[in-house]
Amino acid sequence: MSMPFYVSPEQQMRDRADYARKNIARGRGSIVLQYDHGIALVAENRHRALHKISEIYDRIAFAAVGRYNEFESLRVAGVRMAELHGYSYDRSDVNALMLANRYAQLLGSIFSNAGEKPYEVETVVAEVGASSEEDEIYRLTYDGSVAAEHGFAVMGGAAETLTTYVSERYQAGQSLATALALAVDTLGRDSDEPRQLEADHLEVAVLDRTRTQKRKFRRITGPVLERLLTPEPAAPEAAPETAPETEPDSTES
Amino acid sequence: MIPGSSSFADFLASYAPELLPGQGRNVQPGSTAGEEIPHGTTIVASTYAGGVLMAGDRRATAGSMIAVRDVEKVFPADEFSLIGFAGSAGIGVELVRLFQVELEHYEKIEGSVLSVDGKANRLSTLLRGNLGLAMQGLAAVPLYAGWDEVLRRGRIFSYDVTGGRYEEQLFHSIGSGSLFARGSLKKLFDEDATSEEAAAAALQALYDAADDDSATGGPDVFRKIYPIIATVSEAGYRRYTDEEVAAIVDRMLEGRMRRPLGPTAPALPSADGEGDAR
Repeated sequence: MSMPFYVSPEQQMRDRADYARKNIARGRGSIVLQYDHGIALVAENRHRALHKISEIYDRIAFAAVGRYNEFESLRVAGVRMAELHGYSYDRSDVNALMLANRYAQLLGSIFSNAGEKPYEVETVVAEVGASSEEDEIYRLTYDGSVAAEHGFAVMGGAAETLTTYVSERYQAGQSLATALALAVDTLGRDSDEPRQLEADHLEVAVLDRTRTQKRKFRRITGPVLERLLTPEPAAPEAAPETAPETEPDSTES
Repeated sequence: MIPGSSSFADFLASYAPELLPGQGRNVQPGSTAGEEIPHGTTIVASTYAGGVLMAGDRRATAGSMIAVRDVEKVFPADEFSLIGFAGSAGIGVELVRLFQVELEHYEKIEGSVLSVDGKANRLSTLLRGNLGLAMQGLAAVPLYAGWDEVLRRGRIFSYDVTGGRYEEQLFHSIGSGSLFARGSLKKLFDEDATSEEAAAAALQALYDAADDDSATGGPDVFRKIYPIIATVSEAGYRRYTDEEVAAIVDRMLEGRMRRPLGPTAPALPSADGEGDAR
């Protein structure tokens, strides 16, 4: 019987972190940032059907980079948790912090459990509030650490470089078009040679606090996205709603 | 973290079954629920040109007592469909809530929307879980109406307590006042009506139901409690505001002052075939 080699816990954690980080860095980045009426989520994504950005609950959205099947299972778990909580208590009792904490627990325990490989994902849980001061953005990494971000959060391999780039240009209270322009510009700078990203390579969604429906999440696609991305000084910054705004009345009685 | 079904109800059944409607209520075998449980009464649904409409009165009764004067029995199931219920109010509301989450959950998990038939069948499955309680007097049945994007018309489905699903043509009504409402609507229904005309016909039907069924409430103009009217069409869900309903109700009541039995249809078709649509 052979003895297993001794590996120090420090080395083990370092190896696991390196493994996760390396694999995350292989994919394309994603960025979440506030604008005057809410939070915009932008990812470089060439697949129309496989989403990196999705709705979790009324005011909460999810963005992720890394291994698809892993963040997809996180997303489903998040939707289930939120729906279960909202169903057993009230829709207003579901919040992003709660979700971020559960994700942190989950990711943390997977990371430190030697029997499992760490998740190769980075995620953001964002919640739009009644005003931009009340917006919440939580960034979670593969090891379960959580950071509450203000203004913006960047995920992916080149996150550090990109974060520096955004932080120098980010302005609080910017319009959606300005925010998207910054996001697209940033995402194109993940390598030495800046790239210009086209609308059909982007996945864009917003949590729009001005929406009268209880579900604030809205995908921005097609002509609306192209119009928003066109650098035009007179470009309308508020995208028209595709569906008429009606207020579904409270059904929780 | 195991991939599972896209159904919220299935997830609930495996994770927290006590939260499902019809669970956790230990009614003794053979016993029946008393008369003191509030019941929701009359719901009408009707198609119109470009959409489908649902209207419900606001009364909940417990035996001969009026338990609630402003109860809501018509809800959006999702952006393109409506659900109303008649019967035990507690069970009905629970069923509606679960169904709403069920549809939204599917939409989020799958990234696509169920077909109208898919939604109607799903409701039938949810309803089946309540059969045991229904046998003991705690029955609630839904009425479901949706805008079918493919067929481009409104569709109406009724249910029985065993989960049986029946597609209705043109219009339908459920609840204790439904006999009267359906008779009334049959005479006023017009396939080519606008949403406002359909709303007026539905209000007349509810009025007739309230006229002959003590469990159905008429429009309460003194307290300003009006029936709930909601539509779904290509543009999605819309609920009539109280002001809009009040305006139609005022005109209806004015007509009823002169003619208490309400508008009449011609007893025989006119020479040009008018009044002979159906």
